[in-house]
Amino acid sequence: MIKSLDPRVTRSEIDLNNSIDPLKDLDQWETYEAFHQKKRGEQHIHVGIVHAPNPEMALLFAKDQYGRRGITANIWVVKTAHIFMTEYDDQDIFETTPEKIYREAGGYKVMEKINKYRKETKISK
Amino acid sequence: MYGNAYIDPNEKSNSITDGEDIQKLNAFESRISNGEKIEPKDWMPKEYRKQLVRMIEQHAHSEIIGALPEGTWITRAPGFRRKLALMAKVQDEVGHAQLLYSAAETLGKSREAMINDLITGKSKYSNVFNYPAYTWADACIIAWLIDAGAIINQVANAKGSYGPYCRALDRICVEESFHLKYGHDNVVTLATGSKIQREMVQAALNRWWPPIMHFFGPSDKISLHTEILMKWKVKMATNDDMRQQFLNMYVPKIWDLGLTVPDSKLMKNNENKWEYTEPDWDEFKRVINGGGPCNAERLAVRRNAEERGRWVRQALLAKDSKYLIPLA
Repeated sequence: MIKSLDPRVTRSEIDLNNSIDPLKDLDQWETYEAFHQKKRGEQHIHVGIVHAPNPEMALLFAKDQYGRRGITANIWVVKTAHIFMTEYDDQDIFETTPEKIYREAGGYKVMEKINKYRKETKISK
Repeated sequence: MYGNAYIDPNEKSNSITDGEDIQKLNAFESRISNGEKIEPKDWMPKEYRKQLVRMIEQHAHSEIIGALPEGTWITRAPGFRRKLALMAKVQDEVGHAQLLYSAAETLGKSREAMINDLITGKSKYSNVFNYPAYTWADACIIAWLIDAGAIINQVANAKGSYGPYCRALDRICVEESFHLKYGHDNVVTLATGSKIQREMVQAALNRWWPPIMHFFGPSDKISLHTEILMKWKVKMATNDDMRQQFLNMYVPKIWDLGLTVPDSKLMKNNENKWEYTEPDWDEFKRVINGGGPCNAERLAVRRNAEERGRWVRQALLAKDSKYLIPLA
Protein backbone atom coordinates (compact mmCIF):
# COMPACT_ATOMS: atom_id res chain seq x y z
CA MET A 1 0.00 0.00 0.00
CA ILE A 2 1.38 3.38 -1.01
CA LYS A 3 0.85 6.57 0.93
CA SER A 4 -2.04 8.30 -0.76
CA LEU A 5 -1.37 11.23 -3.09
CA ASP A 6 -4.96 12.42 -2.93
CA PRO A 7 -5.41 15.57 -0.82
CA ARG A 8 -8.96 14.40 -0.09
CA VAL A 9 -7.48 11.36 1.64
CA THR A 10 -4.43 12.92 3.26
CA ARG A 11 -6.02 16.13 4.51
CA SER A 12 -9.47 14.97 5.54
CA GLU A 13 -8.05 11.68 6.85
CA ILE A 14 -10.68 9.44 5.34
CA ASP A 15 -10.80 6.01 6.93
CA LEU A 16 -10.28 3.48 4.13
CA ASN A 17 -12.67 1.08 5.85
CA ASN A 18 -15.44 3.64 6.30
CA SER A 19 -18.88 2.12 6.02
CA ILE A 20 -22.06 3.62 4.62
CA ASP A 21 -25.76 2.86 4.73
CA PRO A 22 -27.06 2.23 1.23
CA LEU A 23 -28.68 5.19 -0.53
CA LYS A 24 -32.45 5.03 -0.27
CA ASP A 25 -34.99 5.61 -3.06
CA LEU A 26 -35.17 9.27 -4.11
CA ASP A 27 -31.79 10.00 -2.49
CA GLN A 28 -30.89 11.33 -5.95
CA TRP A 29 -34.28 13.08 -6.32
CA GLU A 30 -36.62 12.90 -9.29
CA THR A 31 -35.74 13.73 -12.90
CA TYR A 32 -36.32 16.73 -15.13
CA GLU A 33 -36.04 16.69 -18.91
CA ALA A 34 -33.81 19.51 -20.19
CA PHE A 35 -34.26 21.54 -23.38
CA HIS A 36 -31.51 23.74 -24.76
CA GLN A 37 -31.83 26.74 -27.10
CA LYS A 38 -28.53 27.68 -28.67
CA LYS A 39 -29.45 31.05 -30.19
CA ARG A 40 -32.48 33.30 -30.01
CA GLY A 41 -34.82 32.38 -32.82
CA GLU A 42 -33.86 28.68 -32.81
CA GLN A 43 -35.95 25.85 -31.40
CA HIS A 44 -35.32 24.46 -27.94
CA ILE A 45 -33.97 20.93 -28.35
CA HIS A 46 -34.26 18.06 -25.88
CA VAL A 47 -30.73 17.31 -24.64
CA GLY A 48 -31.20 14.89 -21.73
CA ILE A 49 -32.14 14.86 -18.07
CA VAL A 50 -30.97 16.10 -14.71
CA HIS A 51 -31.79 14.80 -11.24
CA ALA A 52 -32.96 17.66 -9.04
CA PRO A 53 -35.09 18.37 -5.96
CA ASN A 54 -36.89 21.39 -7.49
CA PRO A 55 -37.11 23.39 -10.76
CA GLU A 56 -34.63 26.04 -9.61
CA MET A 57 -31.93 23.48 -8.96
CA ALA A 58 -32.87 21.59 -12.10
CA LEU A 59 -32.08 24.76 -14.06
CA LEU A 60 -28.79 25.17 -12.21
CA PHE A 61 -27.76 21.56 -12.94
CA ALA A 62 -28.96 21.83 -16.55
CA LYS A 63 -26.78 24.91 -17.00
CA ASP A 64 -23.76 22.99 -15.66
CA GLN A 65 -24.53 19.86 -17.62
CA TYR A 66 -25.76 21.16 -20.99
CA GLY A 67 -24.56 24.76 -21.11
CA ARG A 68 -21.01 24.63 -19.80
CA ARG A 69 -19.33 25.33 -23.15
CA GLY A 70 -20.27 26.99 -26.41
CA ILE A 71 -23.21 29.33 -26.66
CA THR A 72 -26.57 29.13 -24.94
CA ALA A 73 -29.52 31.49 -25.19
CA ASN A 74 -32.04 29.71 -22.98
CA ILE A 75 -32.76 26.49 -21.08
CA TRP A 76 -36.06 24.87 -20.15
CA VAL A 77 -36.61 22.07 -17.67
CA VAL A 78 -39.79 20.10 -17.18
CA LYS A 79 -40.53 17.27 -14.78
CA THR A 80 -40.35 13.90 -16.54
CA ALA A 81 -43.79 13.15 -15.09
CA HIS A 82 -45.25 16.10 -16.99
CA ILE A 83 -44.37 14.83 -20.44
CA PHE A 84 -46.82 12.77 -22.46
CA MET A 85 -45.78 10.83 -25.51
CA THR A 86 -47.00 8.59 -28.28
CA GLU A 87 -46.09 4.91 -28.06
CA TYR A 88 -43.45 3.50 -30.42
CA ASP A 89 -45.72 0.46 -30.63
CA ASP A 90 -48.38 2.66 -32.24
CA GLN A 91 -46.05 3.52 -35.13
CA ASP A 92 -48.87 2.60 -37.55
CA ILE A 93 -50.64 5.89 -36.78
CA PHE A 94 -47.89 7.62 -38.79
CA GLU A 95 -47.52 4.94 -41.42
CA THR A 96 -49.55 6.46 -44.26
CA THR A 97 -48.47 10.05 -43.66
CA PRO A 98 -45.45 9.98 -46.01
CA GLU A 99 -47.82 8.80 -48.78
CA LYS A 100 -49.87 12.01 -48.58
CA ILE A 101 -47.96 13.75 -51.32
CA TYR A 102 -50.93 16.08 -51.94
CA ARG A 103 -49.72 17.82 -48.76
CA GLU A 104 -46.27 18.40 -50.25
CA ALA A 105 -45.08 21.09 -52.67
CA GLY A 106 -43.38 18.28 -54.58
CA GLY A 107 -46.77 16.67 -55.18
CA TYR A 108 -47.64 19.33 -57.79
CA LYS A 109 -45.82 19.13 -61.11
CA VAL A 110 -47.33 21.55 -63.70
CA MET A 111 -44.50 22.14 -66.16
CA GLU A 112 -45.18 18.89 -67.99
CA LYS A 113 -48.81 19.86 -68.52
CA ILE A 114 -47.92 23.39 -69.58
CA ASN A 115 -45.32 22.20 -72.10
CA LYS A 116 -47.72 19.64 -73.51
CA TYR A 117 -50.44 22.24 -73.86
CA ARG A 118 -48.08 24.73 -75.52
CA LYS A 119 -46.92 22.10 -77.98
CA GLU A 120 -50.50 21.08 -78.87
CA THR A 121 -51.84 24.60 -79.23
CA LYS A 122 -48.61 25.90 -80.82
CA ILE A 123 -48.38 28.82 -78.43
CA SER A 124 -45.06 30.48 -78.99
CA LYS A 125 -43.30 33.32 -77.26
CA MET B 1 -44.21 -12.39 -40.87
CA TYR B 2 -40.46 -12.98 -40.95
CA GLY B 3 -38.75 -15.51 -43.15
CA ASN B 4 -36.20 -16.53 -40.55
CA ALA B 5 -38.60 -17.43 -37.76
CA TYR B 6 -37.28 -20.95 -37.37
CA ILE B 7 -34.64 -21.30 -34.69
CA ASP B 8 -32.80 -24.60 -34.29
CA PRO B 9 -33.72 -25.78 -30.77
CA ASN B 10 -30.42 -27.67 -30.49
CA GLU B 11 -28.29 -24.60 -31.03
CA LYS B 12 -26.35 -23.62 -27.88
CA SER B 13 -26.89 -19.90 -28.33
CA ASN B 14 -30.56 -20.46 -27.56
CA SER B 15 -29.90 -20.55 -23.83
CA ILE B 16 -29.20 -16.80 -24.07
CA THR B 17 -32.59 -16.17 -25.63
CA ASP B 18 -34.47 -18.98 -23.85
CA GLY B 19 -38.05 -18.11 -23.04
CA GLU B 20 -38.12 -15.12 -25.38
CA ASP B 21 -41.03 -14.62 -27.77
CA ILE B 22 -39.55 -15.68 -31.10
CA GLN B 23 -41.64 -13.31 -33.18
CA LYS B 24 -40.68 -10.35 -31.02
CA LEU B 25 -37.05 -11.46 -31.01
CA ASN B 26 -37.03 -11.59 -34.79
CA ALA B 27 -38.63 -8.15 -35.10
CA PHE B 28 -36.04 -6.81 -32.63
CA GLU B 29 -33.13 -8.35 -34.52
CA SER B 30 -34.32 -7.20 -37.92
CA ARG B 31 -34.73 -3.66 -36.57
CA ILE B 32 -31.09 -3.75 -35.47
CA SER B 33 -29.82 -5.26 -38.70
CA ASN B 34 -31.67 -2.49 -40.57
CA GLY B 35 -29.58 0.03 -38.63
CA GLU B 36 -32.53 1.29 -36.56
CA LYS B 37 -32.05 2.14 -32.89
CA ILE B 38 -33.80 0.51 -29.93
CA GLU B 39 -35.60 2.98 -27.62
CA PRO B 40 -36.29 2.53 -23.89
CA LYS B 41 -39.87 1.27 -24.03
CA ASP B 42 -39.29 -1.12 -26.94
CA TRP B 43 -39.41 -4.84 -26.36
CA MET B 44 -35.92 -6.26 -25.86
CA PRO B 45 -34.46 -9.63 -24.87
CA LYS B 46 -33.61 -9.96 -21.17
CA GLU B 47 -29.97 -10.62 -21.97
CA TYR B 48 -29.76 -7.42 -24.07
CA ARG B 49 -31.09 -5.35 -21.19
CA LYS B 50 -28.83 -7.06 -18.67
CA GLN B 51 -25.65 -6.63 -20.72
CA LEU B 52 -26.41 -3.00 -21.54
CA VAL B 53 -27.11 -2.08 -17.92
CA ARG B 54 -23.86 -3.78 -16.87
CA MET B 55 -21.88 -2.05 -19.61
CA ILE B 56 -23.33 1.46 -19.32
CA GLU B 57 -23.20 1.35 -15.53
CA GLN B 58 -19.53 0.31 -15.53
CA HIS B 59 -18.83 3.05 -18.00
CA ALA B 60 -20.52 5.61 -15.72
CA HIS B 61 -18.58 4.38 -12.66
CA SER B 62 -15.35 4.66 -14.66
CA GLU B 63 -16.05 8.32 -15.36
CA ILE B 64 -16.73 9.05 -11.68
CA ILE B 65 -13.70 7.15 -10.40
CA GLY B 66 -11.56 8.38 -13.31
CA ALA B 67 -12.02 11.91 -12.07
CA LEU B 68 -10.20 11.02 -8.82
CA PRO B 69 -6.59 10.42 -9.94
CA GLU B 70 -6.70 13.56 -12.09
CA GLY B 71 -8.59 15.58 -9.50
CA THR B 72 -5.63 14.95 -7.20
CA TRP B 73 -3.60 17.30 -9.39
CA ILE B 74 -6.00 20.26 -9.51
CA THR B 75 -4.46 21.91 -6.46
CA ARG B 76 -0.96 21.37 -7.84
CA ALA B 77 -1.43 22.01 -11.56
CA PRO B 78 1.42 24.17 -12.87
CA GLY B 79 -0.11 27.55 -13.64
CA PHE B 80 -3.56 29.07 -13.59
CA ARG B 81 -4.56 28.16 -17.16
CA ARG B 82 -3.73 24.48 -16.61
CA LYS B 83 -5.63 24.55 -13.32
CA LEU B 84 -8.71 25.91 -15.11
CA ALA B 85 -8.38 23.38 -17.92
CA LEU B 86 -7.96 20.45 -15.52
CA MET B 87 -10.97 21.54 -13.49
CA ALA B 88 -12.97 21.71 -16.73
CA LYS B 89 -11.83 18.22 -17.70
CA VAL B 90 -12.64 16.73 -14.31
CA GLN B 91 -16.05 18.40 -14.39
CA ASP B 92 -16.62 16.89 -17.85
CA GLU B 93 -15.83 13.41 -16.54
CA VAL B 94 -18.40 13.76 -13.77
CA GLY B 95 -20.87 15.15 -16.31
CA HIS B 96 -20.24 12.09 -18.50
CA ALA B 97 -21.08 9.86 -15.56
CA GLN B 98 -24.39 11.71 -15.16
CA LEU B 99 -25.23 11.23 -18.85
CA LEU B 100 -24.37 7.55 -18.67
CA TYR B 101 -26.25 6.89 -15.43
CA SER B 102 -29.27 8.49 -17.12
CA ALA B 103 -28.93 6.17 -20.13
CA ALA B 104 -28.72 3.14 -17.84
CA GLU B 105 -31.71 4.38 -15.84
CA THR B 106 -33.89 4.18 -18.95
CA LEU B 107 -33.31 0.40 -18.79
CA GLY B 108 -34.85 0.23 -15.32
CA LYS B 109 -32.00 0.39 -12.78
CA SER B 110 -32.18 3.43 -10.51
CA ARG B 111 -29.23 5.75 -10.00
CA GLU B 112 -29.30 4.98 -6.26
CA ALA B 113 -28.97 1.25 -6.99
CA MET B 114 -26.02 1.89 -9.32
CA ILE B 115 -24.22 4.12 -6.80
CA ASN B 116 -24.83 1.53 -4.07
CA ASP B 117 -23.26 -1.15 -6.25
CA LEU B 118 -20.26 1.09 -6.90
CA ILE B 119 -19.52 2.04 -3.31
CA THR B 120 -19.94 -1.49 -1.96
CA GLY B 121 -17.54 -2.79 -4.61
CA LYS B 122 -20.17 -4.93 -6.33
CA SER B 123 -19.84 -3.17 -9.71
CA LYS B 124 -16.56 -2.80 -11.51
CA TYR B 125 -15.04 0.23 -13.17
CA SER B 126 -12.09 0.70 -15.50
CA ASN B 127 -9.05 -0.90 -13.95
CA VAL B 128 -6.63 1.90 -14.91
CA PHE B 129 -8.05 4.16 -12.22
CA ASN B 130 -6.77 1.87 -9.48
CA TYR B 131 -3.29 3.24 -10.14
CA PRO B 132 -2.00 6.51 -8.69
CA ALA B 133 -0.94 9.63 -10.61
CA TYR B 134 2.48 10.07 -8.99
CA THR B 135 3.54 13.25 -10.80
CA TRP B 136 2.03 16.00 -12.94
CA ALA B 137 3.32 14.07 -15.96
CA ASP B 138 1.14 11.09 -14.94
CA ALA B 139 -1.91 13.34 -15.06
CA CYS B 140 -0.80 14.47 -18.55
CA ILE B 141 -0.28 10.90 -19.80
CA ILE B 142 -3.73 9.95 -18.45
CA ALA B 143 -5.37 12.90 -20.19
CA TRP B 144 -3.69 12.06 -23.47
CA LEU B 145 -3.45 8.29 -23.73
CA ILE B 146 -6.17 6.97 -21.43
CA ASP B 147 -8.62 9.41 -22.99
CA ALA B 148 -7.38 8.35 -26.43
CA GLY B 149 -8.20 4.75 -25.55
CA ALA B 150 -11.58 5.80 -24.19
CA ILE B 151 -12.38 7.64 -27.42
CA ILE B 152 -11.65 4.55 -29.54
CA ASN B 153 -14.01 2.55 -27.34
CA GLN B 154 -16.69 5.24 -27.22
CA VAL B 155 -16.67 6.04 -30.94
CA ALA B 156 -17.21 2.32 -31.61
CA ASN B 157 -20.01 2.06 -29.04
CA ALA B 158 -21.72 5.23 -30.30
CA LYS B 159 -22.65 3.18 -33.38
CA GLY B 160 -24.37 0.58 -31.20
CA SER B 161 -28.07 -0.20 -31.17
CA TYR B 162 -29.39 1.39 -27.95
CA GLY B 163 -30.59 4.94 -28.64
CA PRO B 164 -30.04 6.56 -25.21
CA TYR B 165 -26.49 5.16 -24.93
CA CYS B 166 -25.61 6.35 -28.45
CA ARG B 167 -26.94 9.86 -27.76
CA ALA B 168 -24.95 10.08 -24.51
CA LEU B 169 -21.80 8.87 -26.28
CA ASP B 170 -22.14 11.37 -29.13
CA ARG B 171 -22.19 14.17 -26.58
CA ILE B 172 -19.32 12.61 -24.62
CA CYS B 173 -17.10 12.11 -27.69
CA VAL B 174 -17.25 15.83 -28.54
CA GLU B 175 -15.95 16.69 -25.07
CA GLU B 176 -13.35 13.91 -25.11
CA SER B 177 -11.74 15.49 -28.15
CA PHE B 178 -10.95 18.50 -25.96
CA HIS B 179 -9.43 16.18 -23.33
CA LEU B 180 -7.26 14.52 -25.93
CA LYS B 181 -5.94 17.82 -27.32
CA TYR B 182 -5.41 19.17 -23.81
CA GLY B 183 -3.52 16.02 -22.78
CA HIS B 184 -1.42 16.01 -25.94
CA ASP B 185 -0.55 19.68 -25.47
CA ASN B 186 0.62 18.98 -21.92
CA VAL B 187 2.70 15.96 -22.93
CA VAL B 188 4.26 17.90 -25.83
CA THR B 189 5.17 20.73 -23.44
CA LEU B 190 7.02 18.29 -21.17
CA ALA B 191 8.57 16.25 -23.99
CA THR B 192 9.95 19.36 -25.73
CA GLY B 193 11.04 20.94 -22.46
CA SER B 194 14.05 20.63 -20.15
CA LYS B 195 15.93 17.41 -19.46
CA ILE B 196 14.09 17.02 -16.15
CA GLN B 197 10.71 17.47 -17.84
CA ARG B 198 11.58 14.88 -20.49
CA GLU B 199 12.66 12.40 -17.84
CA MET B 200 9.49 13.03 -15.88
CA VAL B 201 7.19 12.38 -18.85
CA GLN B 202 9.16 9.28 -19.92
CA ALA B 203 8.91 7.89 -16.38
CA ALA B 204 5.15 8.52 -16.37
CA LEU B 205 4.77 6.78 -19.75
CA ASN B 206 6.74 3.80 -18.43
CA ARG B 207 4.44 3.56 -15.41
CA TRP B 208 1.24 3.88 -17.46
CA TRP B 209 2.11 1.64 -20.38
CA PRO B 210 1.05 -1.66 -18.70
CA PRO B 211 -2.33 -0.23 -17.54
CA ILE B 212 -2.83 1.24 -21.03
CA MET B 213 -2.25 -2.19 -22.59
CA HIS B 214 -4.73 -3.64 -20.07
CA PHE B 215 -7.25 -0.93 -20.89
CA PHE B 216 -9.15 -2.73 -23.66
CA GLY B 217 -9.28 -5.99 -21.70
CA PRO B 218 -8.04 -9.51 -22.49
CA SER B 219 -8.57 -11.08 -25.93
CA ASP B 220 -12.22 -11.97 -26.39
CA LYS B 221 -13.07 -15.60 -26.21
CA ILE B 222 -14.76 -16.45 -29.46
CA SER B 223 -18.06 -17.60 -28.07
CA LEU B 224 -21.65 -17.66 -29.22
CA HIS B 225 -22.36 -15.17 -26.50
CA THR B 226 -19.90 -12.65 -27.97
CA GLU B 227 -21.31 -13.32 -31.41
CA ILE B 228 -24.86 -12.59 -30.26
CA LEU B 229 -23.81 -9.43 -28.44
CA MET B 230 -22.11 -8.27 -31.63
CA LYS B 231 -25.19 -9.13 -33.69
CA TRP B 232 -27.29 -7.09 -31.24
CA LYS B 233 -24.75 -4.26 -31.55
CA VAL B 234 -24.07 -4.23 -27.83
CA LYS B 235 -20.41 -5.05 -28.37
CA MET B 236 -19.09 -3.20 -31.41
CA ALA B 237 -15.48 -4.33 -31.74
CA THR B 238 -13.27 -6.98 -30.22
CA ASN B 239 -10.85 -5.97 -27.47
CA ASP B 240 -7.88 -6.90 -29.65
CA ASP B 241 -9.15 -4.84 -32.59
CA MET B 242 -9.50 -1.78 -30.38
CA ARG B 243 -6.00 -2.34 -28.93
CA GLN B 244 -4.58 -2.56 -32.47
CA GLN B 245 -6.37 0.63 -33.45
CA PHE B 246 -4.94 2.41 -30.41
CA LEU B 247 -1.38 1.27 -31.12
CA ASN B 248 -1.73 2.24 -34.76
CA MET B 249 -2.87 5.75 -33.93
CA TYR B 250 -0.72 6.59 -30.92
CA VAL B 251 2.60 4.70 -31.00
CA PRO B 252 3.82 6.85 -33.94
CA LYS B 253 2.76 9.99 -32.06
CA ILE B 254 4.72 8.84 -28.98
CA TRP B 255 7.78 8.11 -31.12
CA ASP B 256 7.45 11.52 -32.82
CA LEU B 257 8.23 13.11 -29.45
CA GLY B 258 11.41 11.06 -29.07
CA LEU B 259 9.86 9.10 -26.21
CA THR B 260 10.26 5.35 -25.99
CA VAL B 261 7.58 2.75 -25.31
CA PRO B 262 8.73 0.35 -22.59
CA ASP B 263 8.18 -2.83 -24.62
CA SER B 264 11.15 -4.17 -26.60
CA LYS B 265 8.86 -6.45 -28.62
CA LEU B 266 6.63 -3.63 -29.86
CA MET B 267 6.75 -3.43 -33.67
CA LYS B 268 4.53 -3.52 -36.70
CA ASN B 269 4.81 -6.82 -38.56
CA ASN B 270 4.58 -7.54 -42.29
CA GLU B 271 0.82 -7.98 -42.03
CA ASN B 272 0.45 -4.43 -40.72
CA LYS B 273 -0.42 -5.71 -37.24
CA TRP B 274 1.26 -4.60 -34.05
CA GLU B 275 3.17 -7.20 -32.11
CA TYR B 276 3.74 -6.63 -28.41
CA THR B 277 4.58 -8.38 -25.18
CA GLU B 278 1.41 -10.01 -23.91
CA PRO B 279 0.16 -7.86 -21.01
CA ASP B 280 0.26 -9.45 -17.56
CA TRP B 281 -3.34 -10.59 -17.24
CA ASP B 282 -2.77 -12.04 -13.76
CA GLU B 283 -1.87 -8.55 -12.56
CA PHE B 284 -4.99 -7.24 -14.34
CA LYS B 285 -7.21 -9.76 -12.51
CA ARG B 286 -5.50 -9.10 -9.20
CA VAL B 287 -6.10 -5.35 -9.49
CA ILE B 288 -9.67 -5.57 -10.80
CA ASN B 289 -10.53 -7.80 -7.85
CA GLY B 290 -9.40 -5.22 -5.33
CA GLY B 291 -5.64 -5.80 -5.11
CA GLY B 292 -4.42 -2.62 -6.83
CA PRO B 293 -2.60 0.24 -5.13
CA CYS B 294 -5.64 2.55 -5.02
CA ASN B 295 -8.79 0.37 -5.03
CA ALA B 296 -9.55 0.85 -1.34
CA GLU B 297 -8.86 4.58 -1.46
CA ARG B 298 -11.02 5.23 -4.53
CA LEU B 299 -14.10 3.64 -2.97
CA ALA B 300 -13.46 5.18 0.44
CA VAL B 301 -13.37 8.65 -1.16
CA ARG B 302 -16.69 7.96 -2.93
CA ARG B 303 -18.34 6.61 0.22
CA ASN B 304 -17.13 9.64 2.13
CA ALA B 305 -18.60 12.00 -0.47
CA GLU B 306 -21.95 10.19 -0.53
CA GLU B 307 -22.14 10.09 3.25
CA ARG B 308 -21.20 13.73 3.83
CA GLY B 309 -23.58 14.99 1.17
CA ARG B 310 -26.49 12.89 2.33
CA TRP B 311 -28.01 15.38 4.78
CA VAL B 312 -28.04 18.09 2.10
CA ARG B 313 -29.80 15.82 -0.38
CA GLN B 314 -32.34 14.78 2.25
CA ALA B 315 -32.99 18.35 3.37
CA LEU B 316 -33.74 19.33 -0.23
CA LEU B 317 -36.01 16.40 -1.03
CA ALA B 318 -39.57 17.60 -1.58
CA LYS B 319 -42.28 15.53 0.10
CA ASP B 320 -44.31 15.02 -3.06
CA SER B 321 -41.33 13.81 -5.15
CA LYS B 322 -41.96 10.75 -7.24
CA TYR B 323 -39.34 8.97 -9.29
CA LEU B 324 -40.18 8.09 -12.87
CA ILE B 325 -37.86 6.40 -15.33
CA PRO B 326 -36.44 9.15 -17.56
CA LEU B 327 -37.75 9.19 -21.12
CA ALA B 328 -34.71 9.06 -23.29
